[in-house]
Amino acid sequence: MSIIEIKGLTKSFKTRRGIVEAVRGVDLTVEKGEIFGFLGPNGAGKTTTLRMVTTLLEPTGGSATIVGYDLLREPRKVREKIGYVSQSGGVQQSATARENLVLQARLYGMDKPRAEKRTADLLKSLELETFADRKAITYSGGQRRRLDIALGMVHHPELLFLDEPTTGLDPQSRARMWDEVKKLRDEGTTIFITTHYLDEADALCDRLSIIDGGKIVAGGTPEDLKREIAGDIVTLGLDTRDGSSTKAQTLLGSQSFVKETEIHNDGLRLYVERGEEALPAILRVLDGAGLHLQTIALTRPSLDDVFLRKTGRTLREAES
Amino acid sequence: MKLLRDTWLLFVNNLTETLRNPVWVIIGLFQPICYLLLFGPLLEGVAGSGNFPPGGALTVFTPGMLIMLGMFGGAFVGFGLIADLRAGLVERLRVTPVSRLAPLLARSLRDVLILLAQAVIFIVAALPLGLKPSFWGIVLTLGLIVLLGLILSSCSYALALAFKSEDALAPMLNFFINPILLLSGILLPLTLAPDWLKTVANFNPFSHVVDAARAAFVGDFANSSIVWGFVITIVLAGLAMFWAARSFRQATT
Repeated sequence: MSIIEIKGLTKSFKTRRGIVEAVRGVDLTVEKGEIFGFLGPNGAGKTTTLRMVTTLLEPTGGSATIVGYDLLREPRKVREKIGYVSQSGGVQQSATARENLVLQARLYGMDKPRAEKRTADLLKSLELETFADRKAITYSGGQRRRLDIALGMVHHPELLFLDEPTTGLDPQSRARMWDEVKKLRDEGTTIFITTHYLDEADALCDRLSIIDGGKIVAGGTPEDLKREIAGDIVTLGLDTRDGSSTKAQTLLGSQSFVKETEIHNDGLRLYVERGEEALPAILRVLDGAGLHLQTIALTRPSLDDVFLRKTGRTLREAES
Repeated sequence: MKLLRDTWLLFVNNLTETLRNPVWVIIGLFQPICYLLLFGPLLEGVAGSGNFPPGGALTVFTPGMLIMLGMFGGAFVGFGLIADLRAGLVERLRVTPVSRLAPLLARSLRDVLILLAQAVIFIVAALPLGLKPSFWGIVLTLGLIVLLGLILSSCSYALALAFKSEDALAPMLNFFINPILLLSGILLPLTLAPDWLKTVANFNPFSHVVDAARAAFVGDFANSSIVWGFVITIVLAGLAMFWAARSFRQATT
């Protein structure tokens, strides 16, 4: 069975201006052991969905099974099974990492010796030991974030929710966080992650979904999504003055694997189904026509292109 | 029992947090001590008049100050909750299997304990000035302060959860607490008030609490105002805690 199964989940809020439907029927499945990315511009229903599946918010309609328990009927069972690291983290700043972790472990029902043992293990595995007995307020952004993760992992959850775990981190801490997340996945934890960074989703996630206007607008592996959108882009460096660009355009445009062609000042750009299969064919065609090719480059569309196509906005525009 | 265990764990945590900076506990005492030293002497002159309650200026003034301590001490706890909301602490607890009521109970317990400590320090501080209270009167007054602290802190928590902003909470508290304070006869006993003011004050439940504390302080245990004081505070504390518990359960950030 899938670790998350969401069917037709909805949430509407009553406001002064009427009823706002924040989430309008979300279906999602997350498999055990994967890193699942959940993307969407602000106001798309991303946070609302996350808050519903972590038992913080009661859904208006629909159903969900989380780690085998019904979200609506057994929220307490769900809480025992999941870990949740919110954007703000929830670290008690005036306490040390060790104090924070021991309390959290005891709140999950451990007795004191077990809580202390678990804390020591977590401090070690997340490399928090050197400052474990300093107040959390003195930590750097990256250190704080690792403590946040440790707090979410205290009870060995099978499923961990991470809400924008790298927002505001420097590139080094970000890379470090990616390693931690992958390590957790390799140890068997399923990770549900939201992020603002499409390169992050691309590098980290096994599968992802994009939500917009309260509905899932796209889903799949990052590779599938990118392929579905635009195919690949092959850029050919050709002399534009002697007409070889135009000639190549006519020749290649009639090939079945080419979807679109575009002349650029430095040559020709082709949109093709599968770049790695198209390259040899392109070379054959050009060779046969005696056209002199200076350079050739294959680029894949990024998740930014996917996001733009699916939501009509770039993520950066959506943020502002 | 799970609720008790969770409450205890969180209570110890909250209390440790507060006692990391014990200076705030002392600063909380500053206002009533100021009044005791700088306003109390003004009452000496009025205390001789026929309308003044029995027991002399200090014995009348001190219980009023204790009630004020309970009201202000309780009313401002919401600010700490807003800070914790912002830090994600409240949400972090809500995703754990912790009993839904435990975070509120732990906070209230801490608030009440701090209030009791402050009240005892205040009474001890007033003794050298010549205060001669009845022992059981002090016990009863401390009981009233506990209930009062529960009422005000619960309301403060509920309002904090509703507004989630210090900028909104501060004027809100001032709006309510000033008329309540003036209409309860804390500074000058309402026996000195004109009839219309007495009538208005009669509708302020806290004025009866002040009457109760004053009667207890002079050892007038047969006085019916003591029973009324307890009935009113117990009912209000129940309502306020119900309100706060409901707000905690529904809290979303």
